[in-house]
Amino acid sequence: MKHEIFETNVIILAVGILVTAAIGGLVQLVPLFTMEQTIEKVDGVRPYSPLELAGRNIYVRDGCYNCHSQMVRPFRDEAERYGHYSLAAESMYDHPFQWGSKRTGPDLARVGGKYSNDWHVAHMANPQSVVPESVMPQYPYLAEKDLSFDDIADHLRTLRIVGVPYTDEQIAQAVEDVKVQAMGEAAGDVDAFKARYPKAKIGDFDGNPGRVTELDALVAYLQMLGTLVDFTAYEPEADYR
Amino acid sequence: MNQATTAQAVEYCEGVVKKFTIATVFWGVIGFLAGTFIAFQLAFPALNLGLEWTTFGRLRPVHTSAVIFAFGGNILFASSLYVVQRTTRARLFGGEGMGNFLFWGFQAVIVLAASGYVLGITQGKEYAEPEWYVDLLLTVVWVAYLIAFAGTVIKRRESHIYVANWFYLAFILVIAMLHLGNNLTIPVSLTGTKSYIVWAGVQDAMTQWWYGHNAVGFFLTAGFLGMMYYFIPKQADRPVYSYRLSIVHFWTLVFLYIWAGPHHLHYTALPDWAQTLGMVFSVMLWMPSWGGMINGIMTLSGAWHKLRTDPVLRFMVTSVAFYGMSTFEGPVMSIKAVNSLSHYTDWTVGHVHSGALGWVAFISFGTLYYLVPALWKRQRLYSLRLVTHHFWISTLGIVLYITAMWISGILQGLMWRAYDSLGFLQYSFIETVEAMHPFYVIRASGGVLFVIGALIMVYNLWKTAKGELRSEKAFEDAPHAVTAG
Repeated sequence: MKHEIFETNVIILAVGILVTAAIGGLVQLVPLFTMEQTIEKVDGVRPYSPLELAGRNIYVRDGCYNCHSQMVRPFRDEAERYGHYSLAAESMYDHPFQWGSKRTGPDLARVGGKYSNDWHVAHMANPQSVVPESVMPQYPYLAEKDLSFDDIADHLRTLRIVGVPYTDEQIAQAVEDVKVQAMGEAAGDVDAFKARYPKAKIGDFDGNPGRVTELDALVAYLQMLGTLVDFTAYEPEADYR
Repeated sequence: MNQATTAQAVEYCEGVVKKFTIATVFWGVIGFLAGTFIAFQLAFPALNLGLEWTTFGRLRPVHTSAVIFAFGGNILFASSLYVVQRTTRARLFGGEGMGNFLFWGFQAVIVLAASGYVLGITQGKEYAEPEWYVDLLLTVVWVAYLIAFAGTVIKRRESHIYVANWFYLAFILVIAMLHLGNNLTIPVSLTGTKSYIVWAGVQDAMTQWWYGHNAVGFFLTAGFLGMMYYFIPKQADRPVYSYRLSIVHFWTLVFLYIWAGPHHLHYTALPDWAQTLGMVFSVMLWMPSWGGMINGIMTLSGAWHKLRTDPVLRFMVTSVAFYGMSTFEGPVMSIKAVNSLSHYTDWTVGHVHSGALGWVAFISFGTLYYLVPALWKRQRLYSLRLVTHHFWISTLGIVLYITAMWISGILQGLMWRAYDSLGFLQYSFIETVEAMHPFYVIRASGGVLFVIGALIMVYNLWKTAKGELRSEKAFEDAPHAVTAG
């Protein structure tokens, strides 16, 4: 075929470009949706509780992914520094994914439970007060601002449209669940909440009882990161792919 | 084609090209300043100011969007609309009205996106941060851009479509495809800004880097190669080195680039088969990249002496050399063994900037120095000496930047994996952060030099547009150091 045909007809040139450029993307993307092995079968991964979701949205809003990854690679040093390598299943409800591409600060995929709530509160207000050499910005305003969660049920509903299996009950209880997780029994039925979101941490995350702040939400999110899968029961051989 | 028989004055739309040219300079300075500021934030965190609007996390997207989409986007609009009219000898399809819509629509996208980041409105996907309403506006502008560009090509008065236009067309089409695929979101409310992407986890990661790497491949490469294929031959007054190489270069680039995305996800939870595909195609991509570099640089065959007397051409040729360097470094970093060290470190940041500052910005500076006298109908630039100053100050800035990032990146990667004699990790994470400080200072000072160079350019272009000529010693045409015999 003579190349002239592309040089004399812009429609043919455009179609040629689109077909040529589409191939690679199709080959790499389509199987990720069709192959069952793409996401490991593990127990424990659940959708975010409403408070955790609100915290995750603050994480996204403030661009934490610009400096923190959430993806532990399968290397000895990373296993010792951060914990078990990350599974695809652990971010299967993440819209968007937050794996990140730069570690100006450490990986956060398994930061949950590593530090106390008090440490996080002090660290967010002034990172240099607990880690003097840190280059992280200060986030004093998180403790000052009330969390806006009137519309949190709409967020769950939207996520259900894109595939997160929130139940009608979870959506109906969403606003209540924010309060229960951040304030405990004073705000509602803790057991029912725990049944809806197993392993969720409950408590006054920001040390300021009676108020649900943005810091409550962010710390609740950080404290659950990487804690859902029980790796003592995980057999990686089944997932080699 | 015999110009004498067919030449008939075409009234090109140049008002829109002028507007995009001015916007390029404006957003370039803003973007370089933002980058330099956040570079200093990493060296001196007090510069985050403790305010929610000024943290690194919110300002970094302002920097990346300003330089890629505002500076890069405006020069792509300016140059493509200039080149397509001249190489087809047809007036812009849609005329100045279309041009004005493209201009103001695109500036609105930039302002809405950037103001959103500062206020915390973001999708949280790198280089695709704008939320759904900005994405929609960009889609409308982009479709109009495609219509204007392809429409102009269709009503051309040349039999063949010039090679630069192939690259511009590929850039416009593929960016449209990537933009739509990577930004499929459902808004929480039509009156709110927040949306959720339809892709999740590993599929979102693959979609993101299918988009992200090809924003590099088609926005920052194909579009700018369009510039290379028009402005280097014009400035050097030589034909493109090899026509056949242009064809091979074009189709291999369009085919191979799209596969390279997974090299951003080595050793992650992305399945291994996809990672391996990404690595193999990234290494193959080296070939079309260097084919393009050779085609650009060898266009100077028989005109090498012009580099001595024409600093504008020097900008252009140096940009192609940087293109060659960073498209060699990229495939090396895409090899999994190398990537295990380089990923998550400053090495990646340095690599990006050797491409962004050395290739994208330098070919843009060369194009601006060509366009401003041409558009404002001036006999020449206000000062060629100032172009030389700009060139050397910027080059020094880039060298400081990328060498600092090579050292800090490799150093940090090695420190993360270092073990002591007892078998424990040798360094805590924060020790590796501390070790970065001197390199962050050097990098930021490289940025300062780059900004200074750009400000010299602004002054020079401003004077040129006003029609002034600096009285200065001309560059000698003949090499005086060479004696006969």
